[in-house]
Amino acid sequence: MNSATSLPLLVILSSLLPGLVIFFLPEGSHRLRTTLNLAGAFVKIFLVGVLIWGVFHGQSYETRWALAPGLDLVLHADKLSLLFVSLSSVLWLVTTIYAIGYLETSPHRSRFFGFFSLCVSATVGLALAGNLFTFVIFYELLTLATYPLVAHRGTPEAIRGARIYLTYTLSGGMLLLIGTVWLYAIVGQTSFVEGGVLSGLSSEYHTQLILIFALLIAGLGVKAALVPLHGWLPEAMVAPAPVSALLHAVAVVKAGAFGIVRVVYDVYGVTFASELGVLMALGIAAGITIVYGSVKALFQDSLKKRLAYSTVSQVSYIALGTAILGPIGTIGGIVHLVHQGIMKITLFFAAGNYAETLGIHKVSEMNGVGRRMPGTTLAFSIAALGMIGIPPVAGFISKWYLGLGAVEAGMAGWVLPVLILSSLLNAGYFLPILYRAWFRTPAAVWPDEHIPAARFETHGALLWPPIITAVLALAAGLFAAAPYSPLEWASLIAQREYGL
Amino acid sequence: MTDALIALVALPLTAALLALLLPRIATALVIFSGLAITASAIALLYGVNTAGALHYELGGWTAGLGIALRADGLSAILLLMIALVMFAASVYASAYFGKASERAQFWPLWLLLWTALNALLLSGDLFNLYVTLELLGLSAVALAALSGKHAAVQAALRYLLVGLLGSMLFLVGVALLYAGYATLDLATLTQVVKPGPIAWSALTLMTLGLLLKTALFPLHFWLPPAHGSAPAPVSAVLSALVVKAAFYLVLRLWLDVFADIVTPTAANLLGVLGAGAVLWGSWQALRAERLKLLAAYSTVAQLGYLFLFFPLLLALPPGPARDVATGGLVMLALTHGFAKAGLFLAIGIVQQRSGHDNIQELGGMVQRLPLTTFAIALAGVALIGLPPSGTFLGKWQLISAAIATGQWLWVAVTAIGSLLAAAYIFRILGHAFGNQPYPHQAVAVAREEWPALLLTLTATLVLGLAGAHVWTLLENGS
Repeated sequence: MNSATSLPLLVILSSLLPGLVIFFLPEGSHRLRTTLNLAGAFVKIFLVGVLIWGVFHGQSYETRWALAPGLDLVLHADKLSLLFVSLSSVLWLVTTIYAIGYLETSPHRSRFFGFFSLCVSATVGLALAGNLFTFVIFYELLTLATYPLVAHRGTPEAIRGARIYLTYTLSGGMLLLIGTVWLYAIVGQTSFVEGGVLSGLSSEYHTQLILIFALLIAGLGVKAALVPLHGWLPEAMVAPAPVSALLHAVAVVKAGAFGIVRVVYDVYGVTFASELGVLMALGIAAGITIVYGSVKALFQDSLKKRLAYSTVSQVSYIALGTAILGPIGTIGGIVHLVHQGIMKITLFFAAGNYAETLGIHKVSEMNGVGRRMPGTTLAFSIAALGMIGIPPVAGFISKWYLGLGAVEAGMAGWVLPVLILSSLLNAGYFLPILYRAWFRTPAAVWPDEHIPAARFETHGALLWPPIITAVLALAAGLFAAAPYSPLEWASLIAQREYGL
Repeated sequence: MTDALIALVALPLTAALLALLLPRIATALVIFSGLAITASAIALLYGVNTAGALHYELGGWTAGLGIALRADGLSAILLLMIALVMFAASVYASAYFGKASERAQFWPLWLLLWTALNALLLSGDLFNLYVTLELLGLSAVALAALSGKHAAVQAALRYLLVGLLGSMLFLVGVALLYAGYATLDLATLTQVVKPGPIAWSALTLMTLGLLLKTALFPLHFWLPPAHGSAPAPVSAVLSALVVKAAFYLVLRLWLDVFADIVTPTAANLLGVLGAGAVLWGSWQALRAERLKLLAAYSTVAQLGYLFLFFPLLLALPPGPARDVATGGLVMLALTHGFAKAGLFLAIGIVQQRSGHDNIQELGGMVQRLPLTTFAIALAGVALIGLPPSGTFLGKWQLISAAIATGQWLWVAVTAIGSLLAAAYIFRILGHAFGNQPYPHQAVAVAREEWPALLLTLTATLVLGLAGAHVWTLLENGS
């Protein structure tokens, strides 16, 4: 095996192997567990760096392994997969640091970090999947690896949340499986190819292809939380904060959105999908989800639930971008894959900090929290402003391209109102939080203050991750035109897709 | 290679006799002969894979008078599964049965069962098949009744009667065939058998007898109590291997010997019964109060999937497409064998440590028995059919064949059955993850935990990742 055939596999193993070892560590061996976790995370980032460098210089990386006749497990590094892989490996590192601080004293840490690593391994595998079969495998593995994380606390609510999560995702997985098998039955084994592989099929297959598209998108839509398949997401909020961060920004929700991008661009081909008329349906579903999620978020007093519904809304920008025919809309959708991840993880880190440090779980308890926890609140504010779409934070770039793309594609009539309405709603549910946090006088006592202010406002391991990701969110917006920025990378992908 | 053929029958038979005579060294005897049998099974697999199907006449007597042994890719891979599952369960049993007297009763019957299983898979004529089937049934009943508890004896008695009835039906079918064609050799029969009342009634009777033994819905009524009340290692092999031996015969009869006789309608009937098994078995497993009962009903359901293949295989023309689907069927049977055996062994650990196997009272299990719980979860992954288990690949072929032949009903049945399986598996895990204090001092024995874990790992990782070899073997060994 040379580096060209083994590197994608190694990227997965860099988190899988430490994870497997961690399972067997005794609870007390804190230092060894932390070393393993961080070593895995750094090795992964290094390997991904090598991959990026290689792909940029025209190298091709592929691991192929036959599982059954006509069914190959293929790990392949292309531009789109690298975008997702680098997002998840960087955010994994940050989340690991955060989780180490967050779970400092709680029980069952070995089990937690073991499954945590499995979860990231599955996400990376899903990002590197070179065909739909491989994608399905890692999609299901991701479901399995996250179940114990959602159920981690073991309380009846946690078990119930995990059960609901599982009911949704496994049912979705079944639809995805049937759609994939059906597709394979028609065209056999095909890899993901920019521009799609189905446009050559004669028109007698078109009805079947539309049905398959519906099955695939329904299956992926469960994880991507497309309305009405989003019901699991608010319920899964019982999980510990690092898990929520992972679920919403890096792994589960993103996996669904990434799958939609793959299916539209690299299986159907965006032009062919548009001819079939399925893009319009996807766009409408995304539009409804965007507005619905924002409206629901407006009425949540629980901070995590508000963020959860915000995710429902924000992730569908990615689906909306894929539904807009034309390179600019495509760029907007794909770049939001990264931008939403960085901003949302910041918000969840901050929410976790409020809960862990002061016992704040509700928006109504956040009066004056900015004075007590300025660093966390600053990070929260940057991410929230980004979500609304205020320049120069990353979210502005996404919305700008989506809007421009819609105009270019002649879909401005309904996409622009959706974008504007949603931004207003975003402002409606985020600005009051910022107002409370910065300008209201704090309550006399916090609900449950268990980390006193010392050198920092909270543990260093809890404080730095949101600050780092907030800086990243700012940088992604400020330096959007720099080489290797998410926007540049997304532009490259869009150029290939449209053959520009 | 013929040595391996003979060794696979001779080794367990000799060991059974020795274990009866020398009970004190019986445990060591079982472990050593188990290793030797496994080695023989590997040798046979290797031989079949390189040289194709094997055939051997004991003592040089030709078919009709002598005993002929034969093996092809299908029987070779099943023999290896039997060897591995039996060996793992033997190691487990050596720790499970604490008293020497218990073990002294157990080992001879156990080895006799092993002999019967191996002989059944190697037999090439119907009379020998009948004999091995009878031997298998009797040793299985005796093992099931071993605990001597009222419920176990009652269930075993029912098992015995059903088994006898099944063998009787099979024997009548055999007699009809002998009267009609004057031969019992399967290879010869395949060539001479013609559509007509004799063949049809013989096939019907034999199939009916075998369906009773393999517990296809609605003839499954005897299975849950028998498998649910036997000692854990016995339940493991009853569910994983014994019912599958009868299924193997159905497969042989329908796809080889009577391939020209069977009609799509008849195959559809098997498919409908299979669908009933999948839905009813999974539903009952979901409602079960006890772990062992859950596992037993899950066996009813999993056998149903195997029967879903009959209408699909008949609808596919002989050739690559059919071979791929057949491989999927074998994959499902193999994975279920390993996973279910591992599941029963793990349940046995839970039952011994906590004194019960009530699903409601498993809170905190994941902390106290992490490896056992992990084994149950791995078995669950295989039973549901999630990747990376072999079942996933098998179900993929099942769905693929159903779509290719336009039989959408079986797709729906598979989807619903898998989701029900997920529901009953995660019902266990949901309780296991609960953070109630686990009331029992649970220290698991490595000799019990590792067999369970290795079996379930085989079902999920080994078969899932190295599955392509199963198809190659079936192709090379035909």
